Amino acid sequence: MLKVLFFGQLKDIIQTEHLEIEVIQNDQSGKEGQSHKPIKTVAMLRHLLQKKDDIWNEHLAYGKALVAVNQEMTSDDTALNDADEIAFFPPVTGG
Amino acid sequence: MSHFTQISVQSQDFDFAYEYQKLRDSSHSDGALVTFVGLVRDMNLEMSVSGLFLEHYPAMTEKVLNGIVEKARAKWQLGSVSIIHRVGQLKVSEQIVFVGVTSQHRQSAYHANEFIMDFLKTQAPFWKKETTIDGDRWIEAKSSDMEKSKNW
Repeated sequence: MLKVLFFGQLKDIIQTEHLEIEVIQNDQSGKEGQSHKPIKTVAMLRHLLQKKDDIWNEHLAYGKALVAVNQEMTSDDTALNDADEIAFFPPVTGG
Repeated sequence: MSHFTQISVQSQDFDFAYEYQKLRDSSHSDGALVTFVGLVRDMNLEMSVSGLFLEHYPAMTEKVLNGIVEKARAKWQLGSVSIIHRVGQLKVSEQIVFVGVTSQHRQSAYHANEFIMDFLKTQAPFWKKETTIDGDRWIEAKSSDMEKSKNW
């Protein structure tokens, strides 16, 4: 299970703070649209989330939402493992 | 009395004089102490601001700040380093951030202090939401901040 977190303006826009996604979802239910390929990288997770709707598509786009895996800022080619914590957020504005 | 690294992310205010004294007391071999304090401004982008809400990513914030201090210590010979960053609801003119650095001579302390702030602004997971008369709005990251951190 991947733990996915959202912060800042992104969290407000998509009205989601966190969600959990299975790395591999078996399509045993037979219902279409409920299964997905194994999520092996950040890019695959981003792509899957973007498919949710137009708003997610726009605001989770590469270059718009930064990403951290297990609390370290990283790039989209990073491999994901079960139980990883992935966070998407806009460019930071502290200080 | 010995050199230290202090990282604190907190909602409560900090006492500048107390933090300054802690840095002073940490060593008698350092001849320089540089501090920076960031405050909430009453105007931003020509809009009147009445307050600021600071959100952060708790598990990540201290990790990133520690990493920035490690990088600074690798670049300059530093004594003590202290970073305090506030989160939650803040009013105009309240203190947001404190960065204090000691070193034997002033140049290292000046440079390291600016380095820490430049990286904090582009790497540490904090997000500011302003309260204005037209409602709340999230602050957009400045490309000038990004450029500045690239110059190091």
